[in-house]
Amino acid sequence: EIHEPEEVSVWFREGSSCCQETLARNQRFTETPVNMPGADKETDLSERIESFLSELKRCGSGAGSLRGSAETARETTALLRRITAQARWGNAGELMEIIRKEGRRMTAAQPSETTVGNMIRRVLKIIREEYARGSSEETDQQESLHKLLTSGGSSEDNFRQHFTHLKANVIEAINELLTELEGTTDNISMQALEHIHSNEVIMTIGRSRTVEAFLKDAARKRKFHVIVAECAPFCQGHEMATSLCKEDIETTVIPDAAIFAVMSRVNKVIIGTQTVLANGGLRAVNGTHTLALAAKHHSTPLIVCAPMFKLSPQFPNEEDTFHKFVSPHEVLPFTEGEILSKVNAHCPVFDYVPPELITLFISNIGGNAPSYIYRLMSELYHPEDHEL
Amino acid sequence: MADSDGRQVDGVNHATDKDVKLQEIALAKNEGKELTKEEKQRLRKEKKQHKKNKKDDKGPPEKEKEKEKASVPAPSKPATQSPAHKAAPAPVHASESAAAAEKPAKSKAELRAERRARQDSERTSKQGKKEGGQQSASSKPKATPNELQPVVKRLPEHVQVDDPAALKKLAKKLERQQKSGQGCGLNKTGVEVPLRSDYGYKVSLFSHLHQYSRKSPPTLQISIPATVIHPSIVRLGLQYSQGIIAGSNARSVALLHTFKQVIQDYSTPPNEELSRDLVNKLSPYISFLSQCRPLSASMGNAIKYIKKEISNIPSQCKEEEAKGKLQACIDSYINEKIILASEAISKYAIEKISDGDVILVYGCSSLVNHILCKAFEKQRKFRVIVVDSRPRLEGREALRRLVKKGIRCTYVLISALSYILPEVSKVFLGAHALLANGYVMSRVGTSQIALVAKAYNVPVLVCCETYKFCERVQTDSFVSNELDDPDDLIVTRNGKSHLENWQTVKSLGLLNLVYDVTPPDFVDLVITDLGMIPCTSVPVVLRVKNVDQ
Repeated sequence: EIHEPEEVSVWFREGSSCCQETLARNQRFTETPVNMPGADKETDLSERIESFLSELKRCGSGAGSLRGSAETARETTALLRRITAQARWGNAGELMEIIRKEGRRMTAAQPSETTVGNMIRRVLKIIREEYARGSSEETDQQESLHKLLTSGGSSEDNFRQHFTHLKANVIEAINELLTELEGTTDNISMQALEHIHSNEVIMTIGRSRTVEAFLKDAARKRKFHVIVAECAPFCQGHEMATSLCKEDIETTVIPDAAIFAVMSRVNKVIIGTQTVLANGGLRAVNGTHTLALAAKHHSTPLIVCAPMFKLSPQFPNEEDTFHKFVSPHEVLPFTEGEILSKVNAHCPVFDYVPPELITLFISNIGGNAPSYIYRLMSELYHPEDHEL
Repeated sequence: MADSDGRQVDGVNHATDKDVKLQEIALAKNEGKELTKEEKQRLRKEKKQHKKNKKDDKGPPEKEKEKEKASVPAPSKPATQSPAHKAAPAPVHASESAAAAEKPAKSKAELRAERRARQDSERTSKQGKKEGGQQSASSKPKATPNELQPVVKRLPEHVQVDDPAALKKLAKKLERQQKSGQGCGLNKTGVEVPLRSDYGYKVSLFSHLHQYSRKSPPTLQISIPATVIHPSIVRLGLQYSQGIIAGSNARSVALLHTFKQVIQDYSTPPNEELSRDLVNKLSPYISFLSQCRPLSASMGNAIKYIKKEISNIPSQCKEEEAKGKLQACIDSYINEKIILASEAISKYAIEKISDGDVILVYGCSSLVNHILCKAFEKQRKFRVIVVDSRPRLEGREALRRLVKKGIRCTYVLISALSYILPEVSKVFLGAHALLANGYVMSRVGTSQIALVAKAYNVPVLVCCETYKFCERVQTDSFVSNELDDPDDLIVTRNGKSHLENWQTVKSLGLLNLVYDVTPPDFVDLVITDLGMIPCTSVPVVLRVKNVDQ
């Protein structure tokens, strides 16, 4: 007599997507009359945005197909390029306003998917840069410290000027960004041989596509052993292990409880992460903090493989927005019976790892210490865009 | 070591032979029924010589062969005699040089039986003249409590799986127990104690440990009737191997109750002493149980206690009286060391629980559950967070027991530990054993909990009865551990189980550890029935216990 919760959530999901489709249709009918020439582009655009938003909402709950952050980043950037190309805007300020508005909706759809917000901020910075280049061709890129002192007065009305080539420049820059995104995993994997020697024992947790590519690349030339912690309750470590075995890498799967027990024989810990925070800390899959503490206790280096699009200008202080929870059914299933009503069960998805426990970040632009992350952030994002 | 014929031939060697025999008896009593390494090597060398002589000329007379055999050990004997006469049974290096490290020959079993016969006759003659010139032999057991124990210890076989010689030796020992431990080898009925085979690919770091599958129970190879092994022991072994009885207190209590049953059903055969024969009868049972699941430290201590009690039974005691005494001993052991101890520990621990506490527990420890229930009865206001881990998921059992009492509980998996720890005020952990260097051996994951609790500055209290203290030392979780069935790690999610055919994948291994060791700097306090002590005081308690006994 107890309905499985997946069914309930399926109903809700289908209901919401139905609602959204209805909304989109209504929008078409009410806001833009069909026979105007620019209207097709706009409806097409808004449909794409709506479908993207519903995709975000669906995959975040864990029941849909889990996509990697690289895919999300690419789709976001492609969508932003389309908005730049097809939306109606007169100057840089209006474009930024449109992007900010859409960006707020996208981040609200799935707050834990931070790559969406990161890409939006990157594009905003691109627009600012192109605008700055357009308005003052002769001044070079100045030192950021100088900019901090002198450009305090640059306000929004600077962005009101109209440039003919701004659109083309911005789209070209976004294309460059897209090519950079496509090459991130390869760039990271190319550095693998610099960090893994032969006969090593490497430990990892859960499943990260970046780390998988990293290890597979190293395995082509070197022989080493990998221990994968399975990361309950989703047990993504199992998939990681089977995928690594296909490349003939010696793999062992251990339960999470054995992390400290085997850590004394591990030479390096290599992990992926969901987000890199502004202070150099991580928001990674649960169990990573324990892994990092165990590595610190045994003085084992902890290496994080994270592409630059995961760097997010958030700090870990916001207690209520940091954690994301999924159904406690994963932890204590409904088959446990009558004790369920008297027990609280928690199933958090993420862990915070402080920057003191991390040795090295490997990203597509090279290796960095955690103390350098704040500088990288200032190169990628403009301080006024930190709050969308 | 010459056989009985050789003794008659060489009268000179007889006297020295006898002294060395007494030496060996004393050594054997100290270290169990096995010979020391040097003596084994000497035996082997002699047998090899014997075999070679037999092969060289097929028709020499018996006496000549034995003369050669006697002459070979004779030069080594005087060399061994003088160091052997010293009080300490230090390793005899002189004999090592004489003996070559070669494999046993085929007459080993025969020689063993004859040596046993001789030992028995020696023992009866020794009991006749107790004050005889045996200071060298008898002074040693009296001297040991006041001196430091010698380091000669036998390595348990369950950590020698990667050594083929040790495995062969174990197989032979189990075969021998088929012929029953009675000295003259008369009673040849019964079935052998089966040797369980390992399952699946073992991770190379752990190739020295056994890895059994729950699907192939140890009784598969036992044929009916199994007259050597008592049926309640068979049942107990199956319950251990299938995980029906788990937890060190539960296993010890079940073991002791089963031994009570065995003692009840035991009857002394004629011409035998209860004190010696019962111990011999128990040995194959213990081998069988350790094949089902390696013995825990608490079980080891219980067995030592029982064996000591049995061998202390005076020979003129009637059988019924002796059996009654033994059963009373076992009952008092259970009562004192387990039940009353847990009462004492609860009393100390309740002082440490204050109102408003948030207590974290891991897995299912009978002692910690008892403490929490008692504290709840004493009207302390606290709530409990139960941390659990795959694949055993024992925390659910603890959760059921606590919720039934009415305690407010929260339940998380061990990967959510960093999320839940900021709320916690104290951590209570149970232990499987406390090692002599202060390390706590407990269920895998305990060291992780202690580590993260230390990082968040939360006090960690370990609760452990003193009968679980053991003299071993260990620094990591690799050298001595237990590997559980690796198939337990397989899980089916969304209809797919990725590890289903892990055996077929060449480079994939699954590791299911059972125990791990927690360093003493993570533990703030150990609560025992003797009081609240720091982790590093374990050897002090062990010493006090030894002196008491």
